[in-house]
Amino acid sequence: MKEINELNLPEDLRYADDHEWLRPLETAARIGISDYAQDQLGDIVYVELPAVGRQLAKGEEFGTVESVKAVSSLYMPVGGEVTAVNEQLAEAPELVNTDPYGQGWMIEVKVADPAEVDALMDRAAYLKALGG
Amino acid sequence: MNAPLGTTGLILDEPLLWERGRPGRRGACLPPADVPPSPLDPELCGDGPDFPDLSEVDLVRHFTRLSTWNYGVDTGFYPLGSCTMKYNPKTHERQAALKGFAAAHPLLPASLCQGALQLIWELERDLAAITGMDAVSLQPAAGAHGELAGMLVIHAHHQHQGHQRAKIIIPDTAHGTNPASAALCGYRPVAVASGPEGVLEPAAIEAVMDEETAGIMVTNPNTLGLFETHIREIAAIVHAKGGLVYADGANLNAVMGIVDMAAIGVDVIHLNLHKTFATPHGGGGPGSGPICVRRQLEPYLPVPRVVKDGDQYHLETDRPLSIGRMGSFHGHFGVMVKAYSYIRSMGADGLRRASELAVLNANYLKEKLKQDFHLAYDRPCMHECVFSDRRQAPFKVTTLDMAKRLMDYGFHPPTIYFPLVVHGAIMIEPTETESKEDLDRFVTAMRAIAEEARTEPETVKSAPRYTKVRRLDEVTAARKPCLVG
Amino acid sequence: MRYLPHTPEEIQEMLAVVGAESLDQLFFPIPPACRRQSALELPAPLSEWALDARMDALAARTAVAPQAKVFLGAGSYDHFIPAAVDALAGRSEFLTAYTPYQPEISQGTLQAIYEYQTLACRLMGTEVATASHYDGATALAEALLMAIRKTGHRRVAVSRLVHPHYRQVAATYLHPAGYEIVELPYRPDGTTDLSTVEAEPDLAAVAIQSPNFFGCIEDLAAGAAAAKGVGALLVAGFTEALAYGLLKSPASQGAEIVAGEGQSLGLPRSFGGPGLGMLGTRQAHVRSLPGRLVGKTVDQEGRQGFVLTLATREQHIRRERATSNICTNNSHCALRAVMYMAALGGTGFRELAVLNHDKAAYLKQALAAAGHRVPFTRPIFNEFVVDFGTGFEAVHRRLQDAGIVAGLPLEADYPELAGCYLLCATETASRQDLDLLVKEVSR
Repeated sequence: MKEINELNLPEDLRYADDHEWLRPLETAARIGISDYAQDQLGDIVYVELPAVGRQLAKGEEFGTVESVKAVSSLYMPVGGEVTAVNEQLAEAPELVNTDPYGQGWMIEVKVADPAEVDALMDRAAYLKALGG
Repeated sequence: MNAPLGTTGLILDEPLLWERGRPGRRGACLPPADVPPSPLDPELCGDGPDFPDLSEVDLVRHFTRLSTWNYGVDTGFYPLGSCTMKYNPKTHERQAALKGFAAAHPLLPASLCQGALQLIWELERDLAAITGMDAVSLQPAAGAHGELAGMLVIHAHHQHQGHQRAKIIIPDTAHGTNPASAALCGYRPVAVASGPEGVLEPAAIEAVMDEETAGIMVTNPNTLGLFETHIREIAAIVHAKGGLVYADGANLNAVMGIVDMAAIGVDVIHLNLHKTFATPHGGGGPGSGPICVRRQLEPYLPVPRVVKDGDQYHLETDRPLSIGRMGSFHGHFGVMVKAYSYIRSMGADGLRRASELAVLNANYLKEKLKQDFHLAYDRPCMHECVFSDRRQAPFKVTTLDMAKRLMDYGFHPPTIYFPLVVHGAIMIEPTETESKEDLDRFVTAMRAIAEEARTEPETVKSAPRYTKVRRLDEVTAARKPCLVG
Repeated sequence: MRYLPHTPEEIQEMLAVVGAESLDQLFFPIPPACRRQSALELPAPLSEWALDARMDALAARTAVAPQAKVFLGAGSYDHFIPAAVDALAGRSEFLTAYTPYQPEISQGTLQAIYEYQTLACRLMGTEVATASHYDGATALAEALLMAIRKTGHRRVAVSRLVHPHYRQVAATYLHPAGYEIVELPYRPDGTTDLSTVEAEPDLAAVAIQSPNFFGCIEDLAAGAAAAKGVGALLVAGFTEALAYGLLKSPASQGAEIVAGEGQSLGLPRSFGGPGLGMLGTRQAHVRSLPGRLVGKTVDQEGRQGFVLTLATREQHIRRERATSNICTNNSHCALRAVMYMAALGGTGFRELAVLNHDKAAYLKQALAAAGHRVPFTRPIFNEFVVDFGTGFEAVHRRLQDAGIVAGLPLEADYPELAGCYLLCATETASRQDLDLLVKEVSR
């Protein structure tokens, strides 16, 4: 497992307590899990994502991510409607490991309340929360 | 410290079944067709399944070779914690194969199956005597099935009381089957942590037990191998709020003839005949998971019930409060025959002695290994003890690595990474059928591995080396499942 | 006791290491109030030969062939088991192993179960099959729960011609969590009446057994269409796996989930258990499957090997959110089944299925010719219903005393069928046996 100083935590993202990241886009926001989370989970073998169109509140479960011997729930860092899911993960769940902020993204949502985005942590705060 | 490796022999390869054989061969005889053919409407007929055609020799070689890649209790020491891998007496196989048992149809009229019904009836009484409970059902097919039956009994009890409850208390040391079985009854598990001594504390139960909680599921001795010393107070707390106490009897092997389950406040307990009562596990089953209950819960037991009337036995299904039927017929009768044979061979003193020696063996291993391995709870244990890989962590050697290395020394590894409350758990249950010299050989191997972890960690991390296959790619197996050939 | 190796000297040596004075002292962590006050009350222990005598005596009090002629099927079938199957399944490397959690030293069990899954799929027509369940009834109940998970619907429709015990087990499994079961009636020809399905709301599954409890072959394709029409899945059940040596496979007719009993595949009847729960489905549904699965992979040197896989569905990882609570299954029964299927081969399995059908058809025709009414007209496999009339009970009992069981009375489960009996004839019944039965019931 990586030491804290080995983690890749981009500056332009927002982070949640449950290790999801959020990237604000033009009309929506993209969500995935952080380098820390993918490293802790180990080799990811399956990602279960919600149907497009679902309305989910902040903190609600939007899916699960599985390694060989563990399942972890994925929680909405903000509330909103799911507008897209990363279909590629069905065939290639390992993208969450190899490229967690790029091809390993999970869902896009139309954010219901922009204040919820502002309430998320920036890189420095997240790093602190990780104990670094 | 030199421990001889246990595996240096010949390992034969063998292809998949359908890579053998030729169409037209056969490995079994059919009886003569002594009735005229009566063709079925071709619209209803398929082509027949595409099974390979093998001769009897092909068949025997194939499965004999496969068998040599397995490790069983008959091969050697199998200290798989929580699984009670004791020796399975050979006479059990003889008894279960008796034609009057093996060929008996389950729907025979009662007058034609008195022997089978009597065996079930007597085994129920034997298990009631061993646990101290009042009534027994042998219907459940395995431990988890017994848990489900027990939870359904508790669910039916609350239903009959007029108020269904929503939650069930489950300690964090519990087997995963506990919450999964409770969930089938619609109960939401409430997790409770064990205290610093590794056992449940009454205050923790008091804090969560209420009138919306159906009861508690408790394994005793628990999965840390410790007796739940506060069990009677805990049962009193649960009972005071109208709840019931469910005991997971997976670890009964520690306390036969020692503990009275009714006296400690248990209302329902399931047993695993394939653990405590020496029936073979068969590479994953069949097991048998009878449930034993207090008198007031008997009306809820699954149907059919075996009833003795004078000197005649029969089956009854008309039990209006029963949770219903649990399986196709009367449970795993073939397994019951073996457990009955075991109990009747051991007798009261033999069963108690088995528990005493199981506990002696576990404490002996605990003392012998605790210099080299971190002991999660350094207290006198029951039938099993739990170590961890904490002392090997500085060398980046994990529990998994050491488990794999044990194979090279000719042993089956202990249960690993369970219970979840011990990080890197190594759970060792020797059982009573292992002799001192076998335990000593295991100790020598474990100490050798501890030494290797310090001096040549790569040897441990790259184990096993002498098995049929080496570590397998489980990640690809799960990402791209190939379940059929 | 011959299973306990400790000598008194060894016990003393070991106690000294542990720091206890006596065996009893090992139990000091158990509070006195939890201890038994007296010894267990059990019969005195038996020596091996005394045990043999006792078990021989019990076993002798059960009616089995050849002394008895038992024409019963109804979920448990008499088929010949080759000695090779018993010998191979009895190998203690298979018999005395635990669940294959450590694949490097469990490749025998793992490859054999992979082979079982493969042949089970070829039999049921499914794309995947689980490593086993307890029996046909629990496999069907698990299949219904799986359909509920897949569809999000909360009701299931189950044919009245599904084995009555299987329906009762489904109720045991489904009712506590609040799921509802509706029954589909049957038609005069002895098959399920699907006409009520379209009016049923919120259906997750339509469950049909074929051959059904009356022995009749169902139109599964019609069942699949009816299920699809209301957004439900067809769950096809069976109690006689051998039937699919002759009949079209359930999945090939549109069943989304197939669940049934594999006892016919080399397992002794053993008074009803252990049996073999078989469960299969499409690859697309694999992550909703209950129970264990074995998968093929490679080891670190690239050699073929097998592992338990997709374990995240299971209780030891997902706990209360698992797809089932099952842990120990009936693995050794699946092992017997693959050995049996391989012993017969595709050619032999087909011939055996044809022979079963011919025997039952012969008996059915002979009884009809002797004047007994056969109420259901649909084709059968190896069992069927005969109406012997309401006065037959006395004859049935008299024949019992002579060791002949002339079928299963249906009245208890189907009150409208008083006087009707379910009869079964497999390859083990000779023509002589069948002729004897016809003669005896026609006297």
